[in-house]
Amino acid sequence: MRTARKVFATVVLASSIFAMGTTAAAAAGGTLTIGFTVSETGPLNVDSLAQLHGFELWRDQLNAAGGLKIGSSSYQVKFVTYDDQSKSERVQQLYSRLILQDNADFLFSPYSSNLTATAAIISEQYGKVMLTTGAAEDKTYQLGNHGLFQMYTPATHYLSSAMAVIKQKNPQAKVAVAYSDDGFSKAVAGAAKEEAKRLGQPVVLDEAYAPGTTDFGPIINKMISANADVMVGGGHYADGATLARQMYDQKAPMKFVCLLVAPDSPQFASLGDAAIGISVPSQWEPSAAYKPDFGPDGAAFGKAFKEKFGAEASYHAAGGYAAGLILQHAIEKAGSLDSAKVTDALNATDATIFYGHVKFATDAQNHGLQIGHEMVLAQWQKKDGQLVKEVVSPAAAQTAPLLYPLH
Amino acid sequence: MFGVLASMMDGVLVGAVYGLAAIGLTLIWGVMDIINLTHGAMIALGMFGLYLLFGHLGLTPYAALAPVAAGGFVLGVVIYWVAVHRVIRRPPLMSLLATFAVNMVVIGLGTAVWSTSPYNVAFSVPGITWHGFTFTGAHILAAISSVMIAGALYLFMRFTRLGKAIRAVASNRQAAELMGIPSNQVLAIAFGLGIGLAAVAGGLIATLFPFTVLSGDDYQLKSFVVTVLGGLGNPAGALLGGLVLGLIEGGVTPFIAVSWTPVIEFVLFVLILIAFPQGLFGRRAER
Repeated sequence: MRTARKVFATVVLASSIFAMGTTAAAAAGGTLTIGFTVSETGPLNVDSLAQLHGFELWRDQLNAAGGLKIGSSSYQVKFVTYDDQSKSERVQQLYSRLILQDNADFLFSPYSSNLTATAAIISEQYGKVMLTTGAAEDKTYQLGNHGLFQMYTPATHYLSSAMAVIKQKNPQAKVAVAYSDDGFSKAVAGAAKEEAKRLGQPVVLDEAYAPGTTDFGPIINKMISANADVMVGGGHYADGATLARQMYDQKAPMKFVCLLVAPDSPQFASLGDAAIGISVPSQWEPSAAYKPDFGPDGAAFGKAFKEKFGAEASYHAAGGYAAGLILQHAIEKAGSLDSAKVTDALNATDATIFYGHVKFATDAQNHGLQIGHEMVLAQWQKKDGQLVKEVVSPAAAQTAPLLYPLH
Repeated sequence: MFGVLASMMDGVLVGAVYGLAAIGLTLIWGVMDIINLTHGAMIALGMFGLYLLFGHLGLTPYAALAPVAAGGFVLGVVIYWVAVHRVIRRPPLMSLLATFAVNMVVIGLGTAVWSTSPYNVAFSVPGITWHGFTFTGAHILAAISSVMIAGALYLFMRFTRLGKAIRAVASNRQAAELMGIPSNQVLAIAFGLGIGLAAVAGGLIATLFPFTVLSGDDYQLKSFVVTVLGGLGNPAGALLGGLVLGLIEGGVTPFIAVSWTPVIEFVLFVLILIAFPQGLFGRRAER
């Protein structure tokens, strides 16, 4: 009898402890897992690591503030990441793994349009919500996807401000377009050529180069032979930085040069004098002063980023942080981790954060395409002997006049 | 017109470096009938060797070439005794697999240490401007260095006892051994020389373009084209082959998209193999 009582008491005690544990877990909420790949190695690593730092800052600030709130529950955000080596075949395997083995609740995209196009096939196949950042090519969002949401201004708008600046400075400028032969850069260059045509500016060189190109000598000679006044194009960090350096070494007499992506990285300053005058269409600059509906303002983000990583935030980092912030806002609005409810909340998003205005297209043809965000044009200039990146367009956001002509 | 000439001139400058890279490959083939598939990895190691000596020890890139060449030579001798020595005179597949395996080991270790991210030797030398086209100092110095190193190799092979011993072993190993030449040691030295040349060519390429641990593969492929142009096993032909390849690259790029250049190169490769199996300069080959 005494033994039976002991057993009964033990069972009741154990049950009580278990019940208390589950109640505590329910109140705490648990863990929210976000999966993505990072190009820790390979030619995309500079931009991809900057994007990762943006994600990490958002996660750490959120977790330190108690985590993501859904009703009375709080969720700590956990990342599961892998190195995709800048290769799309790795992305395909790893996003399947993130969904099937790591049970990621939500996804962020890898860096670059090319890798994201591959990841999007997997995320859509499994009905996952994926916020994309560093993936500007329009085409990916025009395939009838449902859970894909783009943070960047689409590629077809990248060089609009640069072309407007060229038109304003020299309506007859002869334009050379040299670009990496990848989806994103081709989309940007294609739109720039259309814009030049519309503005009546002759395109005297139209040259695509392989993404891994390291010798730009023949292309630079072609620019000089074609008497080009301005050059627009590039691709990502590795080729863009090399192109800028070789144009400087070969004294290419361009009056204006605008390259994609590469000049936005603080690392671009390591080119020294070769960086002076190179401009870049930028998704975000620290000097941009948007009044946020929620989250930090630009100054607070920039300061926190510098304190954590010891470097200025590039627009890739800002895009990463902004993607986290928008996902957090949508989940909290939806009040649920359910993908369908979060998708609805993202569809309804129309907000301004430190990064600028964010709104997604909701029509079936362009679902998820970014339609709210606008870019600025930044240029490397020398100020008091130091290389600094200044916003030169639009006039409302200008921090310094455009350096023109360069030669 | 000046644009075409400038492009051809640029091609010749880079072609001299292609030629130097190919000399290492063709020397090893000429002496021991082995197609060395570690060639690309050794070019990449030369790039990183120069990068480290320049970036960490503060040597100028051109002063760093000597230790890069010496390091390549020592590594070549080690690879010879470890992986090549036992497969000489065996079916060609054996040496191909042995050198390919070493290549994979080196690339794997290199990837672990340096990842596959791009590196760059940030060193500028003033160039020469001609009708608005500038030939950079780095290109000019790389071409001059390549020709000088190739010339030094020629003198070494022609006029030193060791050079003559290498040529003797290449010509007839048994006869050379009967004359008292230690053929194994000579072959090891020849292999070391070939790797040293690949490494020094890699170092020079690093002064021109950014690189990754995988970049050597591109230059290995170019070395095959160059050796076929110049005649397999013919070091002097390899330098000429490099210059011809550079001239062709420079000559066609003003008229076609740059991305078509590899297509032109490999069509040429096949045509030469069919029409001139001994290479354009193969008849004058010295073995």
